[in-house]
Amino acid sequence: MNVTITVNGEQRVADVAASESLLNVLRDDLDLPGTKDACEQGECGSCTVILDGEAVCSCLVMAADAEGSEVTTVEGMGEEGHLHPVQEAMLAEGAVQCGFCTPGFVVAGAHLLETNPHPSELEIREALSGNICRCTGYGAILRAFETLSEEGT
Amino acid sequence: MEFVAAHDLDEALAAKAEQPDAELLAGGTDLMVEVNLVHHRPKQVVSLRRIGELREVSSTRIGAGVTWSRLERGDHRGLAEAARTVGSPQIRAAGTIGGNVGTASPAGDGLPWIAAADAAIEVRSKARGTRVVPWRDFFVGVKRTSLERDEIITAVVVPDDIPEAQEFAKVGARNAMVISTVSCLVMRGDDGFRIALGSVAPTPIRATAAEGMLNAEAKITEAALDEVARVVSEEVRPITDHRSTEAYRRHAAGVLARRLVERSLR
Repeated sequence: MNVTITVNGEQRVADVAASESLLNVLRDDLDLPGTKDACEQGECGSCTVILDGEAVCSCLVMAADAEGSEVTTVEGMGEEGHLHPVQEAMLAEGAVQCGFCTPGFVVAGAHLLETNPHPSELEIREALSGNICRCTGYGAILRAFETLSEEGT
Repeated sequence: MEFVAAHDLDEALAAKAEQPDAELLAGGTDLMVEVNLVHHRPKQVVSLRRIGELREVSSTRIGAGVTWSRLERGDHRGLAEAARTVGSPQIRAAGTIGGNVGTASPAGDGLPWIAAADAAIEVRSKARGTRVVPWRDFFVGVKRTSLERDEIITAVVVPDDIPEAQEFAKVGARNAMVISTVSCLVMRGDDGFRIALGSVAPTPIRATAAEGMLNAEAKITEAALDEVARVVSEEVRPITDHRSTEAYRRHAAGVLARRLVERSLR
């Protein structure tokens, strides 16, 4: 079946298989592999996208159910040569090791700062609690968001 | 797969009447895990996400489609505390209280609150209209409810006189993304204490022996609190599984009940 989704501001149509996830559609059909595929059960946060204003795990969204939705992926954060402030801060703090969890942290973190520009350390930890970094590089990730919180974005 | 994106409840009920085995999709946090990991292939799916009526909430009626992230900021303190412990922000933005009720996992984080509040589950079908089922009759076993095949859960109906003093706690391996090993909800009102527990029986339960003992006390002393812990540990019916042992669950149930009763007195 065909679904029409606005992805990063652009209307896209994909022919999706029965119960396939939004994550698969983004990566395989719409050529947006920035959103990562890891646990497929909503545990790790590496597939986080913004769906109609909420940060959700795209692996738990049935693609057919995303018809008519607006989705922002990591590809919609910043642009070539102009990184998103979250990406800049993570770069500055060395908050990237293997990089696999990074897109999920960028999207979840950008969503946090959009709704709460000056989060406390506890609020940052809470907002990022659904994102797992298997390299355990949390210290640098938290520092990046603390810097952003002080500056306000 | 046949997919119905219902725009209102009547449309969803009609689809369910025609295809009683159609699976209902709201937040997707249970169904999509089955699809992704167990390679479950539903034949028909009815999506409830677009039904505004299911997202309405008041102090006495919580629509089945209300998400945990909304309940976190809601008026019922105990339910808000329980909502905060569900999954992660991503899961709470998607998952709904109706899904929690429908899945009826013994570990469902919203269920002890429903039991303590003596809430009822409102369900509807095209053929028979609305039924309001007391929680004790709704939850009948591990992931089993008395919902009929053509029915849809529409709301949790909350009595208007539930106590305001409400405390929730759960035990798990870590803070985020954890399925509870034991959960407990205590309410304290003019009519006495209510103690409900999750993950210690096939369904959510009330610790009626401990409630009776506590409500017979003129003053809650340290000795009475110790007795609450002992009685709760005795009356729960936990099992040993991959998450914990029966012995640990009994002990933790008593500790949580004691702690929350004490907290509700402050």
